[in-house]
Amino acid sequence: MAEHDAVKVLDYKGLACPMPVVKISQEIGKIEVGQVVEVNTTDPGSLSDFPAWAKSSGHEIVETKQEKGIIRIFVRRKK
Amino acid sequence: MVILLLTNALVYILYALYSSIPLMLARTSKSASRRFSMAIDIEKELAGIKAQFEERPGAKKKLSMIVFSGDLDKHIAAMIIATGAAAMGMEVVLFYTFWGTAALRDPKKKAKGKDFMGKLFGTMLPKGRNKIKLSRMNMAGAGTAMIKNLMKKKNVASLDQLYEAAAAMNIKIYICQMSMDLLGMKMEEMIDYPGLEVVGVATFLDHAKESAVQLFI
Repeated sequence: MAEHDAVKVLDYKGLACPMPVVKISQEIGKIEVGQVVEVNTTDPGSLSDFPAWAKSSGHEIVETKQEKGIIRIFVRRKK
Repeated sequence: MVILLLTNALVYILYALYSSIPLMLARTSKSASRRFSMAIDIEKELAGIKAQFEERPGAKKKLSMIVFSGDLDKHIAAMIIATGAAAMGMEVVLFYTFWGTAALRDPKKKAKGKDFMGKLFGTMLPKGRNKIKLSRMNMAGAGTAMIKNLMKKKNVASLDQLYEAAAAMNIKIYICQMSMDLLGMKMEEMIDYPGLEVVGVATFLDHAKESAVQLFI
């Protein structure tokens, strides 16, 4: 089973600012409230941008992992 | 000296009595305790303050930006901020004015019936967002080509992609009427963008005054 019961993995590897945040804001509406989605990105700016986006848009960052140059962010839709 | 002290004390006692009259009245008119009536007052006050806070100018989660520049680098910055703000859940309104309007021209479209100056500006100004140049190190177009190449290599979104994202996120684009008049531009030669509209300065100010973020680029 996927970590944090993530319903899908979004591959944003290689995308630069602001695209990861732009894309997640469009994708978050496609899952149900309470579900978690995993985002894979290589943009270091995402480390601060995703929490800022979550704070502003009212969603939750469940966990952030960094492994082998890939940043994995688990986002829960809250509303 | 003693007399002075006594009068002072008298004044104080009178004042204390005077200021407690409304309290005594409140107590006699209603059996509710003094603490209870105070609690209600505080709640009322808080609600009033809250309403004031929410109605104050610039309280809305909204970005109003003037895109004045006709430079490629500044347009990229403007579009990155705009799409980022929309992603954060902000309402975004862009106002294109002066040199910025040239970036909204569609290279495939042509406007008829322009006067001499309009035609002159038309040929001298860049035809659309893919024809605008860097503000520095343009080097007769070599620098601009190099930056575009680099952006592709580093996977930075191009202006085309950013405009596409902007349209998908309902970013509103307005064009300044006066700039279009001055530079001899017509609506027929502008890009197809959902809800593209020609407006004046009052429309911008109306949006700007309620926006938490206002920028001029």
